[in-house]
Amino acid sequence: MAEKEKKEKPKIPRQKMPEQEPRVRAKNFNEVPFGYTPELAQLEASRCIQCKKPKCIEGCPVEIDIPAFIKLILDGDFVGSARKLKERNSLPAICGRVCPQEDQCEKVCIVGKKEEPVAVGRLERFAADWEREKGEVFIPEKAPATGKRVAVVGSGPAGLTVAGDLILKGHEVIIFEALHKTGGVLIYGIPEFRLPKDIVQAEVNYLEQLGVKVECNCVIGRIETVDELLKEYDAIFLGLGAGLPQFLNVPGENFCGIYSANEYLTRSNLMKAYLFPQYDTPIARGRNVAVFGAGNVAMDSARTALRLGADTVRIIYRRSRDEMPARIEEIHHAEEEGVQFYLLTAPIKFLGDDNGWVTGVECLRMELGEPDESGRRRPVPIKGSEFQLECDMAVVAIGAGPNPLLPTTTPGLELNKRGYIVGDLETGKTSKTGVWAGGDIVTGSATVILAMGAGRKAANSIHDYLMSK
Amino acid sequence: MYKITYKREMAENTVCHFKVDAPRIARKAKPGQFVVLKANETGERIPLTMGGTDPSDGTIDLIFQVVGKSTALLRTLNVGDAIQDIIGPLGKPTHVENLGTVVCVGGGTGVAVMYPITKAYKEAGNHVIAIIGARTKDLLILEDEMKAASHDLRVTTDDGSYGHHGFVTDVLKKILDDQKEVKLIVGIGPVPMMKFLCKLTKGYGVKTMVSLNPIMVDATGMCGACRVTVGGKTMFCCVDGPEFDGHEVDYDELVKRQRAYLTEEKASMDRFKEIGR
Ligand SMILES: Cc1cc2nc3c(=O)[nH]c(=O)nc-3n(C[C@H](O)[C@H](O)[C@H](O)COP(=O)(O)OP(=O)(O)OC[C@H]3O[C@@H](n4cnc5c(N)ncnc54)[C@H](O)[C@@H]3O)c2cc1C
Ligand code: SF4
Ligand code: FES
Repeated sequence: MAEKEKKEKPKIPRQKMPEQEPRVRAKNFNEVPFGYTPELAQLEASRCIQCKKPKCIEGCPVEIDIPAFIKLILDGDFVGSARKLKERNSLPAICGRVCPQEDQCEKVCIVGKKEEPVAVGRLERFAADWEREKGEVFIPEKAPATGKRVAVVGSGPAGLTVAGDLILKGHEVIIFEALHKTGGVLIYGIPEFRLPKDIVQAEVNYLEQLGVKVECNCVIGRIETVDELLKEYDAIFLGLGAGLPQFLNVPGENFCGIYSANEYLTRSNLMKAYLFPQYDTPIARGRNVAVFGAGNVAMDSARTALRLGADTVRIIYRRSRDEMPARIEEIHHAEEEGVQFYLLTAPIKFLGDDNGWVTGVECLRMELGEPDESGRRRPVPIKGSEFQLECDMAVVAIGAGPNPLLPTTTPGLELNKRGYIVGDLETGKTSKTGVWAGGDIVTGSATVILAMGAGRKAANSIHDYLMSK
Repeated sequence: MYKITYKREMAENTVCHFKVDAPRIARKAKPGQFVVLKANETGERIPLTMGGTDPSDGTIDLIFQVVGKSTALLRTLNVGDAIQDIIGPLGKPTHVENLGTVVCVGGGTGVAVMYPITKAYKEAGNHVIAIIGARTKDLLILEDEMKAASHDLRVTTDDGSYGHHGFVTDVLKKILDDQKEVKLIVGIGPVPMMKFLCKLTKGYGVKTMVSLNPIMVDATGMCGACRVTVGGKTMFCCVDGPEFDGHEVDYDELVKRQRAYLTEEKASMDRFKEIGR
């Protein structure tokens, strides 16, 4: 079937985005790729064979009409292309940058069977940037006011999606955010060099233009409980994310200079400590940095450390290269910039000096044994393989869990045994009437696009509920 | 934006008292809780304990010692100026119940933190003995307030310029020797004070609560900057505290972690003195 649809073999290779030289960019916080020029975008767009049964759409968690938006780029209607994207995805400039396309649309792209897949993500980014930079952002008509009020807790991708969808359907929407800035992980976690913060700000401004109210500095569970909100609002969406940092639980972990990835990235991104002393928040500028873990968060931490002046940055991971959960592109970028990888290595304790500052870490070498529950081969320590690595700073990036602050102040909200909120995957409904949840607080740490998808489903379900109430 | 409605300098201008318009926080806050504030766009997030709240006029009291750039900058603000961000109330409230006799010990600016807690213990029906101390007479704060909030107020100064000549622990020891029925001691002040106070009270076997002030960033349990070791376990002070069983706290670790950014803090302060922002 698929083979028959293949009309002609594209002769043009997959177009690269021009980007900063590794050696230059490892010393600054500017975005790494510059993005396509219109010419490059159209060249890449011409590689799409406009399949009758496009696989890419099935691979996209929010089912963007990919061939259609690519066709509009080819036709030179870049603004039209952005609007096509926005029919399904309200944050294309962000998704074009941070989605793992290699596991989604591009993985199943039909061109990709014989050669490299169409660069869907880069094209998405191009169209969305064009619209924003040209000031062509389109403000859609809102449905007539329904008089219903919805409170969204958390302003990450899940919360922003719910807010955007429900305001268009005519409801009143207010977002409560614990931090002093909106965007969730997009603003505090993902670094500027991967996702410029003014893009996130532009998306929030757009929602405010539509009439969404935003209240920062509101930790729900403290300043107001969910039950108190339920008295004022007809429905509540919880998009709290998975913000609780996990530590290694090895001796010496509280030495100074050892950060959770959340703290390290929050200092650098949200608080702009990379601009210290123009900004007041300090951050350790380690020369010799150890980063534990091998996901996107670890790569972001390692690359941030390089930019803050480190001579050596080592990723220490207890499994092997094949199991590293980070996006290939991020691993590649980190390697290019000079991050070193210590695989099959596990920390057993930290060493420190008299001031309580970290000076090193003792590790064990591992080998791969039998597969575990996740199907990945379990790392087992090699006896007697202890060795020490020097470091004057370390970042623990081995995952995150659910923050119990709101759940523990919300009676009647069912949690699973790991502490995540139980939410219906199709509707986002929780065990508590009038309360929906979605994104990382339901699924555990996942992706921006999955959080947005969950937000969309919850918004539809909330709308049905409000209209039948 | 949170407007400053009142300003008073205390303790030889080393301590500053603001009333700030924050009606929602004022309505919700309980003794022992704190706020995080960020003075302006480039500011850092710093935790400050509330010295009191007035739900009727919607203000909260912030009493802070000028120790570094952020507090020095804060002190330059005046009535009518605004603080960009205030987040709160944060942390667990003090667990207040009627126990009998309670001794509340405050040192330095810790007295400001102690004041609403002392008041709450008195209101709950306890017999409250308060001890407040400072290095010297001019640095003593909230004496009248503490007198009103307790049944029996003792004052100490390190140099003997006022009240008992010596440390709060001297006075506490005397009370513990004289009175057998002290049920709880609450100690808030500089880390060395809390450390020695707990060493003393441990010997008497009297339960002692302390309020810790490690470096914080978000103060919502999201970063772990505020890790403290209590009873051999790592806790996040911002959500698990700020009050802990004083006999279980690793004070030496706390002091070291509080000093993690001394170099940067000095650089920041020097820059502030030079350019005034
Ligand atoms: C460093 C890092 C890099 C990443 N890189 C990628 C990537 O390249 N691609 C990708 O797809 N995904 C990536 N992810 C994952 C992705 O960012 C998350 O899956 C996604 O942001 C989850 O969205 P969310 O809306 O569920 O929650 P979040 O983005 O976590 O937002 C939750 C928000 O809720 C707020 N909140 C929490 N509790 C309360 C409360 N009680 N009251 C008020 N507000 C509250 C939080 O402050 C936060 O702002 C990365 C994550 C991190 C940490
Ligand atoms: S992006 Fe790939 S799968 Fe999708 S329509 Fe184009 S060629 Fe087909
Ligand atoms: S200050 Fe971040 S977790 Fe306590």
